[in-house]
Amino acid sequence: MKILGHKPTASAWFGLVVMGLFVIVAIFTPVLAPYPESANIGGTWDEPSAAMWLGADQIGRDMLTRIMYGSRMTIGVALAITALSFLIGIVLGFLSAVMGGWVDLFLTRLVDVMLSIPGLIFALIILGVFGSSIPVLILTIAVLDSTRVFRLARALGMNLTVLEYVEAAKLRGEGTWWIIRREILPNASAPLMSEFGLRFCFNFLFIAGLSFLGLGVQPPYADLGGMVRENAAAINFGMMAPIYPATAIALLTVSVNLVVDWLLSIEARPSGAQAEL
Amino acid sequence: MAKLIINRLLLGILTLFAVSLLIFLCTEILPGDVASAVLGQGATPEALVIFRKELGLDVPAYLRYWNWLVGALQGDLGVALTNKRVIVDEVLPRLGNTLFLAGFAALIAIPLAVGLGIYSAINEGKLSDKLSNIVTLVAISFPEFFIAYLLIIFFAVNVELFPSLSTVSPGMPFGERVYQTTLPAITLTLLVAAHMLRMTRSSVLSVMSTPYIEMAFLKGAKRGRVIVRHALPNAAAPIITVIALNLAYLVVGVVVIEAVFVYPGLGQLMVDAVSKRDVPVIQACGLVFAMVFVLLNTLADILVILVNPRLRHRR
Repeated sequence: MKILGHKPTASAWFGLVVMGLFVIVAIFTPVLAPYPESANIGGTWDEPSAAMWLGADQIGRDMLTRIMYGSRMTIGVALAITALSFLIGIVLGFLSAVMGGWVDLFLTRLVDVMLSIPGLIFALIILGVFGSSIPVLILTIAVLDSTRVFRLARALGMNLTVLEYVEAAKLRGEGTWWIIRREILPNASAPLMSEFGLRFCFNFLFIAGLSFLGLGVQPPYADLGGMVRENAAAINFGMMAPIYPATAIALLTVSVNLVVDWLLSIEARPSGAQAEL
Repeated sequence: MAKLIINRLLLGILTLFAVSLLIFLCTEILPGDVASAVLGQGATPEALVIFRKELGLDVPAYLRYWNWLVGALQGDLGVALTNKRVIVDEVLPRLGNTLFLAGFAALIAIPLAVGLGIYSAINEGKLSDKLSNIVTLVAISFPEFFIAYLLIIFFAVNVELFPSLSTVSPGMPFGERVYQTTLPAITLTLLVAAHMLRMTRSSVLSVMSTPYIEMAFLKGAKRGRVIVRHALPNAAAPIITVIALNLAYLVVGVVVIEAVFVYPGLGQLMVDAVSKRDVPVIQACGLVFAMVFVLLNTLADILVILVNPRLRHRR
């Protein structure tokens, strides 16, 4: 079977299947989950059983159900962040490349300064001032993340603006937006695609990390990072409770990375030399 | 070369200045102000006035920034809102703890990752290289706390080799301190080494595709010799950059690891401050973290200038 005109490698297949499963679970959670989101079914950290495949969490809710709702929340938030980050990053990056001059200078300097502070530290400062709510989280991380997208988009745009067809469009008198939308975006879409996967992974881990620190998605919403935090104490009794949500996070990020790795290896190969790997 | 280094140092100082401004501005972009945000909607006007005065919000913003900056330069980061402690006295020992942990991890991670990265590049395409590609990719994709909990399960619960919580106190002997921080240090090592290995490998390989390396091969030199004698001196600069980048990443990764092992470091202090919304402490921690970050990057750039043979002689 071929995807995008290429045969996926074994590891890419693994990634695609797991990714697909997560997407299905995230979309159809209310139908697929065995119990309601916050129903107390068993006791604290019950062992896995036939009724509760992964046991219960710290207040006796079904672990599997919570992980399904948690995945839905974390994936949703991470997707929203990545989409917003790409919107900001691509628009500003291309604008910077096409317009040049002081717009370019201002934006690149601003991004340089923002990138000289670690993202997590920056996010913590903003969350400390604004308090943590889902819109603040999405906006903060998206703006921080867009600096990386900006750099890529600007570099791609710079390479494209010097080509003849962009020159021709400029001479025809097309506007900046038209050039960005019709000439530059279509030609930069392939590298941006794999970057989207990488940024999604990064943001997914970022939001999970913040929730783990207790500063991300707040209860009562189930969220994978927060679940690890809530169940962390179980580890001292030798119980696996925090490992399950952590595994869900790891599984998704590993599979997205495997797929991106495969996509990058296709791009790196010169066209026409698509020998099977 | 001296000119280049001085330029880089000046740029570092300029960056720090810009960063401090940015950190300060972050607390200014609120609709309303910090006082009303922290106290919430139920705050009485009187309480707001008192709190504003306490925060110094009755002074114009540029003056507050100036005072904060001058204070920070003199080693005075102000007083915490919640417990009224002098912030510097809390930050310094914790920064020491954090740097101890990060340094411990770096000491294991750097030789391990650079060595294996070069080994991987020498054996490009062989089984060991493919294996390391998959293993490091998987390790990179894991969240920090996942690796930490797996290690706790193995080394603190199943085999009771190390404590699952790293408690360190000021007067602790060095050996005991190392023992207490072994597990978090291993976690950090795994996280950073994977990144470093991949980047070392690719920077060695990118030098490998240059014409002079091809020439060395055509002369009949062995692959290992070509890499060590011909490629490495030119790959040194990107490798140093990679190390600095990862050390900086280490300082940040430490925040989550500290939370897992309840290690009394700067990251913990900052996370606590964020959940209590203690703005002066957040600003101070942010500034210190940013300083370490900028310092590492500047140091790396200077080292890169120093190891570049082309820049050693005056033209």
